[in-house]
Amino acid sequence: MAEQILRVEHLEKSYQKKHVLHDINFHVDKGEVVTLLGPSGSGKSTLIRCLNGLEEYQKGTITFEGKEIVPTEKNWQQIRQKIGMVFQSYDLFPNLTVMDNILLGPTKVQKQDKFAAKKEALDLLKRVGLQDYANVYPRQLSGGQKQRVAIVRALALHPDFMLFDEVTASLDPEMVRGILNIIQDLADVDHMTMIVVTHEMNFAQQIADKVIFLEDGHILEQTPSKQFFSAPQTKRAQEFLDSMDF
Amino acid sequence: MDHSGISVLFEGTNFQRLLGGLWVTVRIAAVALIIGLILGIMLGVLRTFKNRPLRVILRLYLEFFRIVPTVVLLFLFYYILPRQMNFNLPGDQLATLVFALWVAAEMSDIVRGALISVPQHQKESGKAIGLNRYQLYRYVLIPQAISLEIPATINLATRVIKTTSLLMLISVMDVINIGQQIIEANNHSHPTGVFWVYGLIFLFYFLIDYPLSWWAKRLEKKRLERANG
Ligand SMILES: Nc1ncnc2c1ncn2[C@@H]1O[C@H](COP(=O)(O)OP(=O)(O)OP(=O)(O)O)[C@@H](O)[C@H]1O
Ligand SMILES: [Mg+2]
Repeated sequence: MAEQILRVEHLEKSYQKKHVLHDINFHVDKGEVVTLLGPSGSGKSTLIRCLNGLEEYQKGTITFEGKEIVPTEKNWQQIRQKIGMVFQSYDLFPNLTVMDNILLGPTKVQKQDKFAAKKEALDLLKRVGLQDYANVYPRQLSGGQKQRVAIVRALALHPDFMLFDEVTASLDPEMVRGILNIIQDLADVDHMTMIVVTHEMNFAQQIADKVIFLEDGHILEQTPSKQFFSAPQTKRAQEFLDSMDF
Repeated sequence: MDHSGISVLFEGTNFQRLLGGLWVTVRIAAVALIIGLILGIMLGVLRTFKNRPLRVILRLYLEFFRIVPTVVLLFLFYYILPRQMNFNLPGDQLATLVFALWVAAEMSDIVRGALISVPQHQKESGKAIGLNRYQLYRYVLIPQAISLEIPATINLATRVIKTTSLLMLISVMDVINIGQQIIEANNHSHPTGVFWVYGLIFLFYFLIDYPLSWWAKRLEKKRLERANG
């Protein structure tokens, strides 16, 4: 049996009065790519934000790499170095150059050697086709370029697990493919474990090992990808797939 | 008789004394600004924390210095505190203290406003790469807040410099107090001296404040251009 890297049990989450996640249970194996699908407002972002401590949850446990997480801010600071996250709104720090954006985590948080970290950052930039942009400021980059830097910034910490929350949703269509290829490459070449939230159904189908389908804060099904896209178990998932044209 | 007014400025050591007074004014304003800005940044950061009692206390501190007129503050510290609490400082140091506390109060509000206007996403991106609270403020929030708040800070500096004109009320030998002494000493021989002395003081203040407010406007304009561009 594959090694479980993440395990979520009986997770419950409310915002003030609004209950948004109900009894969430799932696990992710090492090297597995999970796509999280569901209608807008179903709780996808909330769920993956719980997984790196950006949202508090009221009940349930998250176990990462064999250890149950005690959700204090201090613990999350450690765990976030292992769980990278990239957001829809590629938020580079506008006061820092591309290189300094990337180096902040490795050198200040992880105290990596600056010279080695810089070399690695350049390699990563090269990998995403931005080796010539190390010394520019984010405002000089296009949306797609910013998002690539945001991915590099997360990878520079050597995470074991990556969370992607609709990272192509605010990009111009011609930029989307490049970002998706980078994520695909991470799965194929690096065997990175990840959870991907996306509205790009072709991409989801291509990259996912497993699909988790969420609606109104409930997991309606967790199905191997092939099966989900050909014959989902629930009627709601079928309707959801029908509503997405791809 | 025509030249009598302006000659007051250059008689004896008058001009040097006025420059000396100007130096006292500038020194008090500069030291108060430096101390006040540093203290104000720290208080502004503290005011963004969730701790409620701390926030209430700092808010009261701000409101006190904002509501009570500076003259009253100076009198309070100069005449009342020494008697009540046996707290004695020479006038210029006391003025520096009062101005620094006032700058810190105003600055805390500027810094807090700038910090909370840094988008929430910036904070989350910082946390997502494992930054702790100190690192988040140090590398992400404060640098971004500072570029937002520089114009307001410069405007505060010009207000402080202007307000130093109140120093004579607590007998500090600032440029206005010295000017006043020169006018009184020469009142009989040169009745029009008053215009020249105040004209020169006006020029001094203008030369210090005008470049500052020009600079603030320019930075603000550049920032807006960048935000739109
Ligand atoms: N900060 C918040 N405060 C209160 N309610 C919130 C907050 N964030 C999200 N919600 C609510 O929680 C529910 C789930 O939102 P969430 O953003 O997780 O959905 P989503 O599946 O990511 O949607 P989308 O596909 O539009 O991104 C929604 O009903 C939303 O209104
Ligand atoms: Mg979302």
